[in-house]
Amino acid sequence: MTPENPNPLPSIIPEKDWKKIQRMLSKRSLWMVHFCTGCGAMEMPPTMTSRYDMERFGIIPMATPRQADLLLVTGYVAVKTLKRIVRVYEQMQDPKYVIAFGSCPINGGIYWDSYNTIKRLDKYIPVDMYIAGCMPRPEAIMDAFLKLMKDIDEGRADGWLRYKKYYEKYKANQRRVFKRWDE
Amino acid sequence: MTDWANILINAGLTALYLFLAICVGLLFMGIARKVTARIHNRVGPPIYQNFLDVGKLLAKKSNIKHNWIFDFAPLFALAGVLLALAYLPMGGYRLLSGDGDLILLLYILVIPALGFALGAGASANPNAGVGVMRALTLMLSYEMPFLLVLLSLMIYYNTASLTTLLEKQMHSVWAIDVLPISALAADIALQGMMMEKPFDIPIAPHEIASGPLVEFGGNYLGMLMLYSAGSIVVETSLFVDLFLGGGIVLNPAVYGILAYVVNYIVWFALIFVVWMIAIFINAVFPRFRIEQAFKFYWKWPTLIAALGLAQAYIMSVILGVSV
Ligand code: SF4
Repeated sequence: MTPENPNPLPSIIPEKDWKKIQRMLSKRSLWMVHFCTGCGAMEMPPTMTSRYDMERFGIIPMATPRQADLLLVTGYVAVKTLKRIVRVYEQMQDPKYVIAFGSCPINGGIYWDSYNTIKRLDKYIPVDMYIAGCMPRPEAIMDAFLKLMKDIDEGRADGWLRYKKYYEKYKANQRRVFKRWDE
Repeated sequence: MTDWANILINAGLTALYLFLAICVGLLFMGIARKVTARIHNRVGPPIYQNFLDVGKLLAKKSNIKHNWIFDFAPLFALAGVLLALAYLPMGGYRLLSGDGDLILLLYILVIPALGFALGAGASANPNAGVGVMRALTLMLSYEMPFLLVLLSLMIYYNTASLTTLLEKQMHSVWAIDVLPISALAADIALQGMMMEKPFDIPIAPHEIASGPLVEFGGNYLGMLMLYSAGSIVVETSLFVDLFLGGGIVLNPAVYGILAYVVNYIVWFALIFVVWMIAIFINAVFPRFRIEQAFKFYWKWPTLIAALGLAQAYIMSVILGVSV
């Protein structure tokens, strides 16, 4: 974490406290960009609006990946969509987190033998939290948000560090499914 | 020796006032989110949420590279808004001053928006370009009634200096009591100046992906958030200074330090009221299209402002009411 988000006042704030502060701040203001691929887009409006109101926890939808910290992939991922997801993920600023919805990004779900979807999202971008179910209800989504906040606080949500560490391997996996990068 | 001490004290006070103003702006943004959430029948975030957001953004790093103008723009915008804050009397205390400064102020108010547009343009994102175009058109639309309102104030109070305006309001009644029509037009113009709905056309997150902000992320966005916090205070206290006497209830020349404290509190309450009016309108309205906003501004508020101008002219020139 050190080279990316350096401590602004190393002489005043100890390195350990700085990381703690950063984690505390980023868990309380997760701005998300929801990449609505599959059926899961339908579950987002009730989560955002007055019934479940995720703004209570400081989670608000953002318009662009540049401004977001949290990427939601809501459903099955076609190969063509995966390319966009990787682009969106790489445009986000560190630290960043990913939540994958439903059984499709876990193991392919009902699309397990489809010719054009990928089965495990985790092979292509690091996923911090999965929500199982087809489709998870807003309660499950809220639960996942709370769990993710806890994970961030304890420093266990480190997908973005993994992506940096194993960048070559993730890229190799991505190259295996994309024939070309520009289509 | 004493000169240096004075300068240091002044510099410290200036920094304190600017810091307080930015904090007030962030707090107002949080309150606005809470109030909007309550109107939507939600719970809403805590009112200190925006402090957390800014902290998080500033603790992030931005690895977006375009060119140096893009890097420079958030600083430019923030510095511009701090300059405007220093020129505006906040609770009767003003940091920089000069004569004829109502007109100067109009120019200064454009600087931060310019910095903003600069960065957006440098990012070469089509959404940002559309956003800047809309922002400039919106500026053109609300400046028309706003200039007429300023003119009516200048005619009625026979001055172009903000200090004199405040003094005259302190000794008699607030301008909103004598020029209510102009105040109405100014408040409508203010809604556009603050880019609240129905005039949040330049930002429009659902249409053009937050417009000028589209390429900013991490600490750049944090700086721009401080900028928007500052500009909330600039715009609300502009209205308070023009029409509500700047919140000055006690004369500092008579009451000394007590007057500064009381005036600051009154100023805070007044800008809060102005901000809340804007937020209530914001919470229930949809968004205009840009040409609708333009037509609207050049029609109704301009008409109202012209009426106000006529009233000010008749009162001061023909009936000879003087303050
Ligand atoms: S898990 Fe179910 S609901 Fe989600 S994308 Fe797959 S099929 Fe659709």
